[in-house]
Amino acid sequence: MAKVKGDIIVDIEKCKGCELCVVACPQGAIALSDNINKKGYHYMIKIKDNCTGCENCALVCPDAVITVYRKSGKKKEKIATISNVQNNMTMEVN
Amino acid sequence: MDEKDLKLNETEFLNEDICVAEYLVYKKPETLIDIDLHYCPGCGHGVVHRLLMEVIEEMNIVDKVIGVAPVGCSVFAYNYMDIDMQEAAHGRATAVATGIKRVLPDKLVFTYQGDGDLAAIGTAETIHACNRGENFLIVFINNAVYGMTSGQMAPTTLPGMVTTTTPFGRDTSITGFPLKISELVAQLPGVCYVTRTSVHTAGNVRRTKKAIQKAFEYQMQNKGTCLIEVLSNCPSNWKMTPLESNKFIEEEMIPFYPLGDIKVPKEEK
Ligand SMILES: Cc1ncc(C[n+]2csc(CCOP(=O)(O)OP(=O)(O)O)c2C)c(N)n1
Ligand code: SF4
Ligand code: SF4
Ligand code: SF4
Ligand SMILES: [Mg+2]
Repeated sequence: MAKVKGDIIVDIEKCKGCELCVVACPQGAIALSDNINKKGYHYMIKIKDNCTGCENCALVCPDAVITVYRKSGKKKEKIATISNVQNNMTMEVN
Repeated sequence: MDEKDLKLNETEFLNEDICVAEYLVYKKPETLIDIDLHYCPGCGHGVVHRLLMEVIEEMNIVDKVIGVAPVGCSVFAYNYMDIDMQEAAHGRATAVATGIKRVLPDKLVFTYQGDGDLAAIGTAETIHACNRGENFLIVFINNAVYGMTSGQMAPTTLPGMVTTTTPFGRDTSITGFPLKISELVAQLPGVCYVTRTSVHTAGNVRRTKKAIQKAFEYQMQNKGTCLIEVLSNCPSNWKMTPLESNKFIEEEMIPFYPLGDIKVPKEEK
Protein backbone atom coordinates (compact mmCIF):
# COMPACT_ATOMS: atom_id res chain seq x y z
CA MET A 1 0.00 0.00 0.00
CA ALA A 2 1.24 3.45 -0.90
CA LYS A 3 2.32 5.67 1.95
CA VAL A 4 -0.79 7.63 2.84
CA LYS A 5 -0.45 11.34 3.54
CA GLY A 6 -3.92 12.69 2.97
CA ASP A 7 -7.54 11.70 3.02
CA ILE A 8 -10.96 13.14 2.27
CA ILE A 9 -14.46 12.72 3.63
CA VAL A 10 -17.32 13.26 1.20
CA ASP A 11 -20.85 14.20 2.18
CA ILE A 12 -22.29 11.91 -0.46
CA GLU A 13 -25.91 12.99 -0.04
CA LYS A 14 -25.01 16.59 -0.93
CA CYS A 15 -22.85 15.63 -3.92
CA LYS A 16 -24.35 16.41 -7.34
CA GLY A 17 -22.04 14.21 -9.36
CA CYS A 18 -20.69 17.08 -11.46
CA GLU A 19 -17.30 15.35 -11.77
CA LEU A 20 -15.32 18.60 -11.47
CA CYS A 21 -13.39 17.21 -8.49
CA VAL A 22 -12.48 14.07 -10.42
CA VAL A 23 -10.57 15.97 -13.11
CA ALA A 24 -9.09 18.34 -10.52
CA CYS A 25 -7.42 15.51 -8.58
CA PRO A 26 -3.77 15.23 -9.64
CA GLN A 27 -3.57 11.73 -8.10
CA GLY A 28 -6.51 10.18 -9.91
CA ALA A 29 -7.67 9.15 -6.46
CA ILE A 30 -11.38 9.80 -6.91
CA ALA A 31 -14.20 8.93 -9.32
CA LEU A 32 -17.96 8.84 -9.49
CA SER A 33 -19.61 5.83 -7.90
CA ASP A 34 -21.77 3.43 -9.85
CA ASN A 35 -24.31 3.90 -7.07
CA ILE A 36 -26.54 6.94 -6.72
CA ASN A 37 -27.48 9.05 -3.71
CA LYS A 38 -30.97 10.11 -2.59
CA LYS A 39 -31.02 12.91 -5.12
CA GLY A 40 -30.25 10.44 -7.91
CA TYR A 41 -26.70 11.60 -8.59
CA HIS A 42 -23.66 9.37 -8.96
CA TYR A 43 -21.70 10.61 -5.99
CA MET A 44 -17.95 10.99 -5.69
CA ILE A 45 -15.88 8.26 -4.03
CA LYS A 46 -12.23 7.42 -3.50
CA ILE A 47 -10.92 4.71 -5.77
CA LYS A 48 -7.26 4.78 -4.74
CA ASP A 49 -5.40 5.21 -1.51
CA ASN A 50 -2.92 7.80 -2.78
CA CYS A 51 -4.55 11.08 -1.71
CA THR A 52 -2.00 13.72 -0.76
CA GLY A 53 -4.48 16.10 0.86
CA CYS A 54 -3.79 18.79 -1.75
CA GLU A 55 -7.31 20.25 -1.38
CA ASN A 56 -7.86 20.63 -5.14
CA CYS A 57 -11.05 18.58 -5.13
CA ALA A 58 -12.51 20.58 -2.25
CA LEU A 59 -11.62 23.89 -3.90
CA VAL A 60 -13.43 23.20 -7.16
CA CYS A 61 -16.48 21.54 -5.57
CA PRO A 62 -19.46 23.89 -6.03
CA ASP A 63 -21.43 22.16 -3.30
CA ALA A 64 -18.79 22.22 -0.58
CA VAL A 65 -19.14 18.54 0.20
CA ILE A 66 -15.48 17.61 0.68
CA THR A 67 -13.43 17.77 3.90
CA VAL A 68 -9.68 17.29 3.50
CA TYR A 69 -7.07 15.97 5.93
CA ARG A 70 -3.32 16.00 5.50
CA LYS A 71 -0.60 14.52 7.64
CA SER A 72 2.36 16.87 7.56
CA GLY A 73 5.75 15.41 6.69
CA LYS A 74 7.27 16.44 10.01
CA LYS A 75 7.22 13.86 12.73
CA LYS A 76 4.42 14.62 15.14
CA GLU A 77 3.82 13.06 18.49
CA LYS A 78 0.80 10.81 18.31
CA ILE A 79 -2.06 12.62 19.94
CA ALA A 80 -5.16 10.91 18.66
CA THR A 81 -6.42 8.08 20.79
CA ILE A 82 -8.99 5.61 19.55
CA SER A 83 -11.81 7.41 21.31
CA ASN A 84 -10.62 10.73 19.89
CA VAL A 85 -10.64 9.30 16.43
CA GLN A 86 -14.15 8.09 16.84
CA ASN A 87 -15.38 11.38 18.23
CA ASN A 88 -13.94 13.20 15.29
CA MET A 89 -15.38 10.75 12.86
CA THR A 90 -18.88 11.13 14.17
CA MET A 91 -18.46 14.88 14.09
CA GLU A 92 -17.32 14.95 10.48
CA VAL A 93 -19.56 12.32 8.93
CA ASN A 94 -23.19 13.16 9.31
CA MET B 1 -8.70 -5.68 -7.66
CA ASP B 2 -10.07 -3.79 -10.65
CA GLU B 3 -11.73 -0.41 -10.48
CA LYS B 4 -15.20 -1.90 -10.35
CA ASP B 5 -14.45 -3.88 -7.19
CA LEU B 6 -12.85 -0.85 -5.64
CA LYS B 7 -15.97 1.18 -6.29
CA LEU B 8 -18.11 -1.36 -4.52
CA ASN B 9 -15.89 -1.33 -1.46
CA GLU B 10 -16.46 2.33 -0.94
CA THR B 11 -15.57 2.69 2.71
CA GLU B 12 -12.46 0.60 2.51
CA PHE B 13 -10.07 3.55 2.34
CA LEU B 14 -11.18 5.63 5.26
CA ASN B 15 -7.88 6.25 7.00
CA GLU B 16 -8.87 6.63 10.58
CA ASP B 17 -5.46 7.83 11.66
CA ILE B 18 -5.55 10.70 9.14
CA CYS B 19 -9.17 11.86 9.42
CA VAL B 20 -8.65 13.48 12.82
CA ALA B 21 -9.00 17.12 13.82
CA GLU B 22 -5.25 17.52 14.11
CA TYR B 23 -4.75 16.92 10.40
CA LEU B 24 -7.78 18.83 9.15
CA VAL B 25 -6.71 21.18 6.35
CA TYR B 26 -9.94 22.04 4.60
CA LYS B 27 -13.56 22.12 5.62
CA LYS B 28 -16.65 23.96 4.46
CA PRO B 29 -16.94 27.40 6.13
CA GLU B 30 -19.50 27.54 8.93
CA THR B 31 -21.08 30.69 7.49
CA LEU B 32 -22.05 28.75 4.38
CA ILE B 33 -25.31 27.38 5.72
CA ASP B 34 -25.44 23.60 5.65
CA ILE B 35 -28.37 23.14 3.29
CA ASP B 36 -28.42 22.00 -0.33
CA LEU B 37 -27.65 24.77 -2.80
CA HIS B 38 -30.34 25.00 -5.49
CA TYR B 39 -27.75 25.49 -8.24
CA CYS B 40 -27.37 23.03 -11.11
CA PRO B 41 -24.58 20.43 -10.79
CA GLY B 42 -21.20 22.01 -11.45
CA CYS B 43 -22.41 25.63 -11.38
CA GLY B 44 -19.73 28.18 -10.44
CA HIS B 45 -22.11 30.18 -8.24
CA GLY B 46 -21.60 27.63 -5.46
CA VAL B 47 -17.82 28.01 -5.57
CA VAL B 48 -17.97 31.80 -5.32
CA HIS B 49 -20.49 31.67 -2.45
CA ARG B 50 -18.13 29.37 -0.60
CA LEU B 51 -15.07 31.54 -1.27
CA LEU B 52 -16.82 34.66 0.00
CA MET B 53 -17.78 32.88 3.21
CA GLU B 54 -14.26 31.45 3.60
CA VAL B 55 -12.67 34.89 3.32
CA ILE B 56 -15.21 36.52 5.63
CA GLU B 57 -14.59 33.83 8.24
CA GLU B 58 -10.82 33.88 7.92
CA MET B 59 -10.69 37.69 8.13
CA ASN B 60 -12.96 37.51 11.15
CA ILE B 61 -15.44 40.03 9.74
CA VAL B 62 -18.62 37.94 9.95
CA ASP B 63 -20.32 40.59 12.13
CA LYS B 64 -19.11 43.50 10.02
CA VAL B 65 -20.14 42.34 6.58
CA ILE B 66 -23.39 43.15 4.76
CA GLY B 67 -24.07 41.48 1.43
CA VAL B 68 -26.53 42.56 -1.25
CA ALA B 69 -28.11 39.75 -3.29
CA PRO B 70 -29.24 40.21 -6.91
CA VAL B 71 -31.98 38.89 -9.13
CA GLY B 72 -30.79 35.95 -11.19
CA CYS B 73 -29.88 32.39 -10.29
CA SER B 74 -28.18 33.68 -7.15
CA VAL B 75 -31.32 35.48 -5.94
CA PHE B 76 -31.35 33.15 -2.93
CA ALA B 77 -27.75 33.90 -1.95
CA TYR B 78 -29.12 35.20 1.35
CA ASN B 79 -30.42 31.72 2.13
CA TYR B 80 -26.91 30.31 2.01
CA MET B 81 -24.75 33.01 3.55
CA ASP B 82 -25.06 33.27 7.31
CA ILE B 83 -24.32 37.01 7.43
CA ASP B 84 -26.44 40.18 7.21
CA MET B 85 -27.91 40.37 3.72
CA GLN B 86 -30.30 42.52 1.75
CA GLU B 87 -32.08 41.58 -1.47
CA ALA B 88 -32.15 44.23 -4.21
CA ALA B 89 -34.44 44.68 -7.21
CA HIS B 90 -33.01 43.42 -10.49
CA GLY B 91 -29.85 45.38 -11.34
CA ARG B 92 -30.07 47.74 -8.41
CA ALA B 93 -27.67 46.04 -6.02
CA THR B 94 -25.04 48.79 -6.27
CA ALA B 95 -27.68 51.46 -5.57
CA VAL B 96 -28.85 49.53 -2.49
CA ALA B 97 -25.25 48.97 -1.40
CA THR B 98 -24.60 52.71 -1.76
CA GLY B 99 -27.38 53.41 0.71
CA ILE B 100 -26.18 50.76 3.16
CA LYS B 101 -22.54 51.84 3.03
CA ARG B 102 -23.35 55.54 3.42
CA VAL B 103 -25.60 54.97 6.43
CA LEU B 104 -23.28 52.37 7.98
CA PRO B 105 -19.79 53.36 6.81
CA ASP B 106 -18.11 51.06 9.33
CA LYS B 107 -19.67 47.97 7.75
CA LEU B 108 -17.98 46.07 4.95
CA VAL B 109 -20.41 45.88 2.07
CA PHE B 110 -20.42 43.71 -1.04
CA THR B 111 -22.83 43.08 -3.87
CA TYR B 112 -23.12 39.73 -5.64
CA GLN B 113 -24.47 40.11 -9.18
CA GLY B 114 -24.79 38.20 -12.44
CA ASP B 115 -23.97 39.68 -15.82
CA GLY B 116 -27.61 40.21 -16.75
CA ASP B 117 -28.16 41.95 -13.45
CA LEU B 118 -25.01 44.05 -13.42
CA ALA B 119 -24.28 44.64 -17.11
CA ALA B 120 -27.77 44.80 -18.66
CA ILE B 121 -30.65 46.06 -16.53
CA GLY B 122 -28.30 47.51 -13.90
CA THR B 123 -25.67 49.12 -16.13
CA ALA B 124 -26.53 52.67 -15.03
CA GLU B 125 -26.42 51.79 -11.33
CA THR B 126 -23.15 49.93 -11.77
CA ILE B 127 -21.38 52.67 -13.68
CA HIS B 128 -22.60 55.50 -11.48
CA ALA B 129 -21.75 53.69 -8.26
CA CYS B 130 -18.26 53.11 -9.64
CA ASN B 131 -18.04 56.70 -10.85
CA ARG B 132 -18.94 57.93 -7.38
CA GLY B 133 -16.20 55.67 -6.06
CA GLU B 134 -18.56 54.06 -3.59
CA ASN B 135 -16.47 52.21 -1.08
CA PHE B 136 -17.71 48.63 -1.48
CA LEU B 137 -16.95 45.43 -3.34
CA ILE B 138 -18.86 44.30 -6.42
CA VAL B 139 -18.64 40.56 -7.11
CA PHE B 140 -19.62 40.14 -10.75
CA ILE B 141 -20.44 36.61 -11.94
CA ASN B 142 -20.03 36.57 -15.71
CA ASN B 143 -21.54 33.43 -17.22
CA ALA B 144 -22.35 35.12 -20.53
CA VAL B 145 -26.10 34.44 -20.34
CA TYR B 146 -29.25 35.14 -18.36
CA GLY B 147 -29.03 31.89 -16.45
CA MET B 148 -32.16 32.07 -14.34
CA THR B 149 -34.56 32.88 -17.15
CA SER B 150 -33.27 30.01 -19.35
CA GLY B 151 -30.22 31.29 -21.15
CA GLN B 152 -31.09 34.38 -23.17
CA MET B 153 -28.31 36.49 -24.65
CA ALA B 154 -26.69 38.88 -22.18
CA PRO B 155 -24.57 41.91 -23.08
CA THR B 156 -21.60 39.71 -22.17
CA THR B 157 -22.50 36.85 -24.57
CA LEU B 158 -19.55 36.03 -26.84
CA PRO B 159 -19.76 36.82 -30.58
CA GLY B 160 -21.18 33.78 -32.36
CA MET B 161 -22.32 32.18 -29.10
CA VAL B 162 -25.61 30.28 -29.34
CA THR B 163 -28.21 31.24 -26.75
CA THR B 164 -32.00 30.89 -26.66
CA THR B 165 -32.39 34.37 -28.18
CA THR B 166 -29.47 33.99 -30.60
CA PRO B 167 -30.16 30.50 -31.95
CA PHE B 168 -27.81 31.06 -34.90
CA GLY B 169 -25.08 32.56 -32.76
CA ARG B 170 -24.73 36.16 -31.56
CA ASP B 171 -24.56 38.40 -34.61
CA THR B 172 -22.70 41.54 -33.54
CA SER B 173 -24.07 43.51 -36.52
CA ILE B 174 -27.54 43.22 -34.95
CA THR B 175 -26.91 42.86 -31.22
CA GLY B 176 -23.73 44.87 -30.79
CA PHE B 177 -20.58 43.69 -29.09
CA PRO B 178 -19.93 42.07 -25.72
CA LEU B 179 -19.72 44.69 -23.01
CA LYS B 180 -16.45 44.53 -21.11
CA ILE B 181 -17.73 46.15 -17.94
CA SER B 182 -14.52 45.55 -15.99
CA GLU B 183 -12.33 47.37 -18.52
CA LEU B 184 -14.96 50.11 -18.72
CA VAL B 185 -15.19 50.89 -15.00
CA ALA B 186 -11.42 50.56 -14.54
CA GLN B 187 -11.19 53.95 -16.35
CA LEU B 188 -13.08 55.69 -13.57
CA PRO B 189 -10.97 57.48 -10.94
CA GLY B 190 -13.20 56.36 -8.05
CA VAL B 191 -12.49 52.71 -8.77
CA CYS B 192 -9.43 51.31 -7.00
CA TYR B 193 -9.28 47.62 -7.85
CA VAL B 194 -10.58 45.68 -10.83
CA THR B 195 -9.57 42.12 -11.55
CA ARG B 196 -10.87 39.22 -13.61
CA THR B 197 -10.63 35.68 -12.31
CA SER B 198 -12.35 32.36 -12.89
CA VAL B 199 -13.27 29.31 -10.83
CA HIS B 200 -12.86 26.54 -13.39
CA THR B 201 -9.63 25.09 -11.94
CA ALA B 202 -8.23 24.77 -8.43
CA GLY B 203 -5.50 27.34 -9.16
CA ASN B 204 -8.02 29.87 -10.37
CA VAL B 205 -10.22 29.23 -7.35
CA ARG B 206 -7.22 30.08 -5.15
CA ARG B 207 -6.60 33.30 -7.11
CA THR B 208 -10.25 34.31 -6.83
CA LYS B 209 -10.08 33.87 -3.07
CA LYS B 210 -6.96 36.06 -2.88
CA ALA B 211 -8.74 38.75 -4.91
CA ILE B 212 -11.73 38.76 -2.53
CA GLN B 213 -9.35 39.04 0.43
CA LYS B 214 -7.54 42.00 -1.14
CA ALA B 215 -10.79 43.75 -2.01
CA PHE B 216 -12.00 43.63 1.60
CA GLU B 217 -8.63 44.96 2.75
CA TYR B 218 -8.91 47.89 0.33
CA GLN B 219 -12.42 48.55 1.57
CA MET B 220 -11.13 48.71 5.15
CA GLN B 221 -8.64 51.33 3.93
CA ASN B 222 -11.48 53.30 2.23
CA LYS B 223 -9.79 53.08 -1.15
CA GLY B 224 -12.89 53.19 -3.33
CA THR B 225 -14.86 50.77 -5.44
CA CYS B 226 -13.51 47.24 -6.00
CA LEU B 227 -14.88 44.99 -8.73
CA ILE B 228 -14.03 41.33 -9.12
CA GLU B 229 -15.31 39.75 -12.32
CA VAL B 230 -15.48 35.98 -12.01
CA LEU B 231 -15.84 34.01 -15.24
CA SER B 232 -18.30 31.29 -14.40
CA ASN B 233 -20.07 28.48 -16.19
CA CYS B 234 -23.72 27.81 -16.85
CA PRO B 235 -23.73 24.17 -17.93
CA SER B 236 -27.53 24.00 -18.06
CA ASN B 237 -28.05 26.89 -20.44
CA TRP B 238 -24.87 26.35 -22.40
CA LYS B 239 -26.26 22.83 -22.95
CA MET B 240 -23.03 21.25 -21.78
CA THR B 241 -21.83 18.91 -19.07
CA PRO B 242 -20.02 20.66 -16.21
CA LEU B 243 -16.70 19.40 -17.61
CA GLU B 244 -17.50 20.69 -21.10
CA SER B 245 -18.55 24.03 -19.67
CA ASN B 246 -15.22 24.44 -17.89
CA LYS B 247 -13.46 23.63 -21.14
CA PHE B 248 -15.55 26.35 -22.81
CA ILE B 249 -14.34 28.81 -20.19
CA GLU B 250 -10.73 27.87 -20.89
CA GLU B 251 -11.01 27.85 -24.68
CA GLU B 252 -13.62 30.51 -25.47
CA MET B 253 -14.26 32.79 -22.50
CA ILE B 254 -10.69 33.44 -21.32
CA PRO B 255 -9.31 34.38 -24.77
CA PHE B 256 -12.07 37.01 -25.00
CA TYR B 257 -12.08 38.03 -21.34
CA PRO B 258 -8.42 37.71 -20.29
CA LEU B 259 -7.78 36.92 -16.63
CA GLY B 260 -5.69 39.13 -14.35
CA ASP B 261 -5.63 42.52 -12.68
CA ILE B 262 -7.09 45.33 -14.76
CA LYS B 263 -6.53 48.04 -12.15
CA VAL B 264 -4.69 47.97 -8.83
CA PRO B 265 -4.31 50.75 -6.23
CA LYS B 266 -1.53 53.18 -7.16
CA GLU B 267 1.08 52.31 -4.55
CA GLU B 268 1.00 48.67 -5.64
CA LYS B 269 1.95 49.30 -9.26
C1 LIG C 1 -37.24 44.06 -13.40
C2 LIG C 1 -37.03 42.66 -13.86
N1 LIG C 1 -36.81 42.43 -15.18
C3 LIG C 1 -36.60 41.18 -15.62
C4 LIG C 1 -36.59 40.13 -14.75
C5 LIG C 1 -36.37 38.72 -15.25
N2 LIG C 1 -35.07 38.22 -14.93
C6 LIG C 1 -34.85 37.47 -13.85
S1 LIG C 1 -33.27 36.94 -13.70
C7 LIG C 1 -32.85 37.72 -15.15
C8 LIG C 1 -31.45 37.65 -15.69
C9 LIG C 1 -30.46 37.04 -14.78
O1 LIG C 1 -29.23 36.89 -15.41
P1 LIG C 1 -27.88 37.12 -14.66
O2 LIG C 1 -27.92 38.39 -13.90
O3 LIG C 1 -26.79 36.97 -15.66
O4 LIG C 1 -27.81 35.97 -13.55
P2 LIG C 1 -27.55 34.41 -13.75
O5 LIG C 1 -28.88 33.78 -13.58
O6 LIG C 1 -26.94 34.19 -15.09
O7 LIG C 1 -26.63 34.08 -12.63
C10 LIG C 1 -33.94 38.37 -15.70
C11 LIG C 1 -33.88 39.12 -16.96
C12 LIG C 1 -36.84 40.41 -13.37
N3 LIG C 1 -36.85 39.44 -12.46
N4 LIG C 1 -37.05 41.68 -12.97
S1 SF4 D 1 -7.14 16.15 -1.71
FE1 SF4 D 1 -6.00 16.21 -3.65
S2 SF4 D 1 -5.15 14.15 -3.87
FE2 SF4 D 1 -6.75 14.02 -2.30
S3 SF4 D 1 -8.59 13.38 -3.45
FE3 SF4 D 1 -8.61 15.63 -3.32
S4 SF4 D 1 -7.63 16.34 -5.22
FE4 SF4 D 1 -7.11 14.14 -4.95
S1 SF4 E 1 -17.19 18.43 -7.27
FE1 SF4 E 1 -18.46 18.14 -5.43
S2 SF4 E 1 -20.56 17.92 -6.19
FE2 SF4 E 1 -19.19 17.64 -7.94
S3 SF4 E 1 -18.87 15.41 -8.04
FE3 SF4 E 1 -17.19 16.24 -6.82
S4 SF4 E 1 -17.90 16.09 -4.71
FE4 SF4 E 1 -19.70 15.85 -6.01
S1 SF4 F 1 -28.98 27.92 -14.78
FE1 SF4 F 1 -26.79 28.21 -15.06
S2 SF4 F 1 -26.17 29.85 -13.66
FE2 SF4 F 1 -28.21 29.08 -13.02
S3 SF4 F 1 -27.78 27.52 -11.46
FE3 SF4 F 1 -27.98 26.47 -13.42
S4 SF4 F 1 -25.89 26.36 -14.22
FE4 SF4 F 1 -25.89 27.89 -12.59
MG1 LIG G 1 -25.59 35.42 -16.07
